[in-house]
Amino acid sequence: MTELRVCDLTVRHRGPRGPVAAVDGVSLEIPPGTSLGLVGESGSGKSSLARAIVGLTPVHGGRILLDDREVRVRTIGDRRRLGRLVQIVLQDPDTALDPRMTVRRTLLEAATAFRRLDRRARAERVPALLELVGLDPRFADRLPRQLSGGQRQRVAVARALAVEPGLLIADEITSALDVSVQAAVLNTIRDLQRRLGLSMLFIGHNLPAVCHVSDAVAVMRHGRIVETAPTAAVLRAPQHPYTRELLAAVPSLRTPPPEERLP
Amino acid sequence: MPRPTRHPRSPMAWISAVMLTSLLVLAVAAPLVWGTAADRPDPFAVLQGPSAAHPFGTDNLGRDVLARVLTATRPSLLPALAATVLGATGGVLLGAATAVVGPRARRLLAGLITLLLAFPALLVAMFLAVVFGAGAGGAVLALAVAGVPGFARLSQTLAAAVAGTDHLAAARVLGLRRHRLLWRHVLPNIAEPLLLAATTAAGTALVALSGLSFLGLGVQPPDYDWGQLLNQGLDRIYADPLPALAPGLAVLYAALTFQLLGEVLARRVAGRDPAPRTPAPPPAPSGPAEEGLVLQVEDLSVELPTPDGTIRPVRGVSLALRPGEIVGLVGESGSGKSLTALAVADLLPERARVTRRTLRLLGADLATMTPKQRDRHLATALATVFQNPASALNPSLRISTQLTEAVRAHRGASRARAEAEAAEALRRVALPPALLRSRPHQLSGGQRQRVMIAAGLMVRPALVIADEPTTALDVTVQRQITRLLGDLRRDTATAILFISHDIALVGGFCDRVLVMYAGSVVESLPADRLADGTRHPYTRALVASVPDLTADRDRPLPTVEGAPPDPLATAPGCAFEPRCPRRRDHCAEQAPPLGDLDAVHRVACWYPVAAEVVVS
Amino acid sequence: MTRGPTVLSLPDLLRHPWTAFLGRRAARLLLSLAVVLTASFAMVRLVPGDPVRAALGVDAAPDLVAARRHELGLDVPFLDQYRHYLDGLLHGDLGTSLVTGTPVAELVRTRLPATLEIAALAFLVTLAVALPGGLLAAVRTRDGRHPRSELTFTVVTAGLAGVPDFVLAAGLTALLAVGLRLLPVAGTAGAESLVLPVLALSLAPTAVLLRIVRVEALKVLGEDYLRTARSKRLSPARRYLRHAAPNTATAALTVAGSLLPGMIAGTVLVEKVFAWPGIGSAMAQSVVAQDYPVIQAMVLVLGTAVLLSGLLVDVLLAVLDPRSTIRES
Repeated sequence: MTELRVCDLTVRHRGPRGPVAAVDGVSLEIPPGTSLGLVGESGSGKSSLARAIVGLTPVHGGRILLDDREVRVRTIGDRRRLGRLVQIVLQDPDTALDPRMTVRRTLLEAATAFRRLDRRARAERVPALLELVGLDPRFADRLPRQLSGGQRQRVAVARALAVEPGLLIADEITSALDVSVQAAVLNTIRDLQRRLGLSMLFIGHNLPAVCHVSDAVAVMRHGRIVETAPTAAVLRAPQHPYTRELLAAVPSLRTPPPEERLP
Repeated sequence: MPRPTRHPRSPMAWISAVMLTSLLVLAVAAPLVWGTAADRPDPFAVLQGPSAAHPFGTDNLGRDVLARVLTATRPSLLPALAATVLGATGGVLLGAATAVVGPRARRLLAGLITLLLAFPALLVAMFLAVVFGAGAGGAVLALAVAGVPGFARLSQTLAAAVAGTDHLAAARVLGLRRHRLLWRHVLPNIAEPLLLAATTAAGTALVALSGLSFLGLGVQPPDYDWGQLLNQGLDRIYADPLPALAPGLAVLYAALTFQLLGEVLARRVAGRDPAPRTPAPPPAPSGPAEEGLVLQVEDLSVELPTPDGTIRPVRGVSLALRPGEIVGLVGESGSGKSLTALAVADLLPERARVTRRTLRLLGADLATMTPKQRDRHLATALATVFQNPASALNPSLRISTQLTEAVRAHRGASRARAEAEAAEALRRVALPPALLRSRPHQLSGGQRQRVMIAAGLMVRPALVIADEPTTALDVTVQRQITRLLGDLRRDTATAILFISHDIALVGGFCDRVLVMYAGSVVESLPADRLADGTRHPYTRALVASVPDLTADRDRPLPTVEGAPPDPLATAPGCAFEPRCPRRRDHCAEQAPPLGDLDAVHRVACWYPVAAEVVVS
Repeated sequence: MTRGPTVLSLPDLLRHPWTAFLGRRAARLLLSLAVVLTASFAMVRLVPGDPVRAALGVDAAPDLVAARRHELGLDVPFLDQYRHYLDGLLHGDLGTSLVTGTPVAELVRTRLPATLEIAALAFLVTLAVALPGGLLAAVRTRDGRHPRSELTFTVVTAGLAGVPDFVLAAGLTALLAVGLRLLPVAGTAGAESLVLPVLALSLAPTAVLLRIVRVEALKVLGEDYLRTARSKRLSPARRYLRHAAPNTATAALTVAGSLLPGMIAGTVLVEKVFAWPGIGSAMAQSVVAQDYPVIQAMVLVLGTAVLLSGLLVDVLLAVLDPRSTIRES
């Protein structure tokens, strides 16, 4: 269990006409063992925020605190301390895994990144990790191209969990998957978060999917967070007009927005 | 490569292998066999032309030119290989390092590589050869250094592609050290193209080394290589072309060997082409026309050759649209929904084979038209809107050109007339006419998709095929686009075939929905029945697996176990049978036809789910 | 959204992508020029042994050697030498040849035009053949059509790309000039004498560019917007020339631009074969004679020519395809 606090974070990217603030003074908080959903449209800065937290993108202002300790990524030692606490799963199932490494090697690399494992522990760890994410242990000796998109994303989740982090960041991990596959991955993530007591930042553009796995939801737009509230409250009584717009735009089979229907 | 190579070696591969072997054998054996002959002067046979004793003549000391050329294989080949290996190693390390160092160091390295690349390798090599002093060693070193920037840039580009992947990001987050990232994750993934480049570079190095020797900067007498021999013989080229050219031919032979080898390796890496296509038979005339249909498709199938065999991604699909009707075609990836749409619009790649019993657009049979008639009919009766508006518009043409070219080509409209119509079309999709002068990259994603729709409107089509038109767009923009399409249908009675993977979107927007699975339509029903009235087990599972804002978040989402069938290994029965919770023996034996449940609802299932009693 | 001839204020101008692009490009050019200057200066000082002795022979009289050293300015401190060198360059003084005693600047002035002539011609020939040829090859072999043509094309171009220019030059001399007596084999004697050097210089680059244009054109032909053009049922001519060709040109010109420096360097070898009175053959002769002031000047001139041609291509590309300038920054 890890607590994340982000205070007034700013991340800039180089644009054609000077730096552009992708994340513009964002503050958020994830209490230990809870999951926060972060929704926003493309270009809203949600991925930049995620990458900044794990040190993949340089930070230009503000602070990131994990369990009240400031995150630093200057040295390899800093990075390793951060990696023990936070792991990330990214969007693209096609490049999620090294195409030349078997599932076993991928998982062992992660499992031994921070601790030594003897031969027996190694042999036991891989099937245990695969089972954790709902995969058959026989997948251990396959190469990524022998797996489907959903299976690859599960292995990516297993790799992240192999270091037993306190905080898991899931950045659009189901966006490239079919609905029926997405449902299974969402179930797995939600189950793991609760069972392992993980803190989680779940990022997506699909509001229903994000809500399904989150205790609270933050809505991001143009690099800023416009609303943060418990999931039920956001769904029942959205405060910000943009949140209301997002909610209204979600297509639904069960509650068709009346103005969309034609006579 | 770990991938087993299944294809037989081509003649080209054999030729290049024989050429390479001959070079290697000569490099090893020639000095032993012809070494003495090559160095034996004969004062009575100087500067002779070709003869039986000296097939390529003799040089100014009466030495046999052929023996000298053959003997020179080793001193020509070895330094070239050495220079390549040295240059490649340096360049690859420099270039690949850009993927694992910090941003500042990366920019610095990239700048350095760009700077070095500005100078052609040959010039750098000449410069360095002068500095290092004429001689074989200096020349090799000079060429190695000169080859570094090229390899550095190539590895930088390749490594940048790896650096952008999610697995490298994950490895960084795992806190792996730089050298580990480089050796374990970057280099293995760029090794293949680098090896290819090294093969070609070896040929280039050999040529360059000969060039240096030719200039007098490489191998120094009494030693000799091909370049040196060419230099010595050049003055004789007018008198005895063959003795003068012989070393040049050797350089050419070696250069061709490496080029050909590179080509063969590249083809192996690229993999096999799909099986050659057989020309499709001309389609038979369509079945009888049904009154009042915009589009009538019966029994449409698509065959597609792939490297592993021919697949049938679309199997016997029938669909019909009436004026002003919006029909959704929904399915997961690989279900064949987009191929169906492309087959209707006659936009499939040429190697695809389309068969159908009926294909009528506005009642006219496309099979009985001449190609010219068909083009005109398709261009004016049908418009297609594609998934990604960023790539569907030509980046180098102005919006006005892209809007007007179809009406100018098919309706013979004048430029002024067409531009006026284009402005009107833009107005209808709520865009200012000023946009006509801009280019696609100046527009936002939503604007581009509106432009695509406006381009479709220009020909006043009876049918619009929209292939995932909102998938690449944000959800709020998606709503604007579906509203726009809805208004369009209301105002012009245009029929719309709306292809999407998003069953919730289709359910809220369409009148009727066709659900596809593994190439076939498994259920056809009014959109308002999607929520509660589906009868096919697959449709039902698909609907249930969509997360819904009103769903109970404490219960897991219902899922479908298993995966869609392998398109290469098709079974005789129902395609959904292996995953179906309601399957019985019969399902695996025979595929169910799409049968009528009532006037508006059809399902392809032997044991459809019972209709629910709707409690209202 | 629409762009017109608007007047830009100074801050706008400074922020304009073009300003940034030209500024960056100019900085890179200056840096590269500094490298060339320093390298050409350092060259004479870096050679193993004494360049003067190397040129005059080991048994040259000591006072003659000392006099030449003084002439070359080799007897003063290093930094002073550099300053003298740059100072001389600014006044158009490139030193004097150790062998002939003529001013090197004179040599450059008389020989540079001939080299630029064949390099530029060869470049134009390469473009003129490879751009349409590559597009044509792509159209014919698109979507896996005509696999035999594709194989022939790739094998032939791979072979031609491997033909060394100086070997080709020698071969052409032997074949065309000596064997068939059609064209002048050496020297400058009107337009015909250009044919062989230009052919020798441009054959391999043409083959390389043909392959690249074909691959780029195939990529473009597979783009979504070409499918859009198909969906509008435009004629093949319009699809290929209006929709595909402009999008192929940018990538093709980028590669062509990178071939130009190699062609300029190639003049050294080709000019030697044809005794073409250009910079290249002067360099080749001076290398043999170890005439360092001349080598130095030739390195400087060729290096600068290469850099300027690179700049020219980059600016040309930026004008043709403004998006690439923006993308780069």
